[in-house]
Amino acid sequence: MAFGTLKNVRKVFAVEELGSTALEPVVALDDASFEFDAGELVALLGPSGCGKTTLLRIVGGLIAKSGGSVAIGGREITRPMGDYGFVFQAPSLMPWRNVLDNVLFPMEILRKNDAAARRHAHELLGLVGLSGFLSARPHQLSGGMQQRVALCRALIHRPRLLLMDEPFGALDELTRMDMNDLLLRIRDETKASVLFVTHSISEAVYLSDKVVVFSKRPARVAKEIPISLPYPRSHKLRFTAAFTAAERIASEALGVVAPAAEEVP
Amino acid sequence: MRSRLVLQLLYPLAGVALILAVWVLACWLINIPTVVLPSPDKVLRSFVLRGDLLLSEGWITFKETLYGFLLALVVGLPLAVAVANSRPLNLMFYPLLIALQSVPKVALAPMILVWLGTGLESKLAIVWLVAFFPIIVDTAAGLRSTPKELLELAHSLNASPLQVFLKVQLPAALPFIVTGAKVAITLAVIGAVIGEFVGSSEGLGFLLLSATSQLDTPLAFAALFALAALGILAYALVGMGERMMASWLPPAPARH
Repeated sequence: MAFGTLKNVRKVFAVEELGSTALEPVVALDDASFEFDAGELVALLGPSGCGKTTLLRIVGGLIAKSGGSVAIGGREITRPMGDYGFVFQAPSLMPWRNVLDNVLFPMEILRKNDAAARRHAHELLGLVGLSGFLSARPHQLSGGMQQRVALCRALIHRPRLLLMDEPFGALDELTRMDMNDLLLRIRDETKASVLFVTHSISEAVYLSDKVVVFSKRPARVAKEIPISLPYPRSHKLRFTAAFTAAERIASEALGVVAPAAEEVP
Repeated sequence: MRSRLVLQLLYPLAGVALILAVWVLACWLINIPTVVLPSPDKVLRSFVLRGDLLLSEGWITFKETLYGFLLALVVGLPLAVAVANSRPLNLMFYPLLIALQSVPKVALAPMILVWLGTGLESKLAIVWLVAFFPIIVDTAAGLRSTPKELLELAHSLNASPLQVFLKVQLPAALPFIVTGAKVAITLAVIGAVIGEFVGSSEGLGFLLLSATSQLDTPLAFAALFALAALGILAYALVGMGERMMASWLPPAPARH
């Protein structure tokens, strides 16, 4: 039995939900189905605005689906479960809190802000190399450092599932590669399952056990690509034939390049 | 550091000195009658000789200003929370608030006097009326502009509405509330003087009126400067409050 099962998930935004400028309902997700196992890192890859983010919010219980079913760890998701971690595209830290208190925010909400929580926060911040910045304010940190704080905040309550919405999309290429390695290291330590939304083909292939490719809106699953490259991965991998082959399959599923079969004599 | 001190202190002082010099020269050369424009030394003499009077009347105006402002805070903040969080309440009362704001408060003052008399109550009502609007508008705007991601983060953890309000919305709105309070306190001084103009037997506004009616222009000028000092003091008090909350506020460049 898979840890997460999504079946025929559909989401139609009604006109009222979209605001007064919308003329007709928008079908954000048409028919999304896939499964993943505990501890798996699944990349959700698709063009911008294709409904991947909507799917992530449905899995997180933040918005209601219009149809289909989402079961995570045996529970049907209809509302937030409280044991998921969220990382957004922007770090979204609280400017009025220092780094440590930002990380501890979920524990305050869950009323578990005790000595053990603080120890865990110190550990996590050490893991991402921010031990020296516990009392710094977010505005004193670079974008990459802020996103590392956000990652710690998402992990502080030991979530069963980490939902990441293009978390490194706003970072420069080199920082993004560092963050990719950091995420893999953290995943290794925490054994959390991860759903990772991205529109970078190489990031999706580099990080994941499986890439789920979405079509343009309304999103449907165009292809599931298992990535059998061995962990731990390093950036040397990007120049191997297996890596580029996986990238090619993903590109074909996205419709970026024509299917290889047509070129084969 | 030194050059900044020079810029921030010396230049304003030089500006004031220049205006004073022009003022003295004008009085001296053109020989303007004291009733029209008293020379600075006459104003200063009036300031010193009537210091007790200015202080006691100033204290009254200060109390009206401060109490009215606090009243505006006490009423404005919960109302802003209600308007920001409830769409029906927002639709019901926001247009009304705008309509109320477009009524000149001076025009309401005589009516308020009829209702509440010439005592402290009518002054508080007028001060409240002018100070309340920036507080409620800025606070509501602040509460509504809470970053969506922070709200989603809180909801993903099943935060209670009270937790969302106290730990996310309110701290996020605090810079807006401080901005509203700063505008409100300067308006509050104006409101107090309007109240005293329309009907009062005490306060700096009253002193200003009675001094001009007795052609004691130096005293009127002294009262005017006392009012300016009072306004600065009241603003400084709000500024002190802001500094006390400094650890809650975002860094200076993001603030107004």
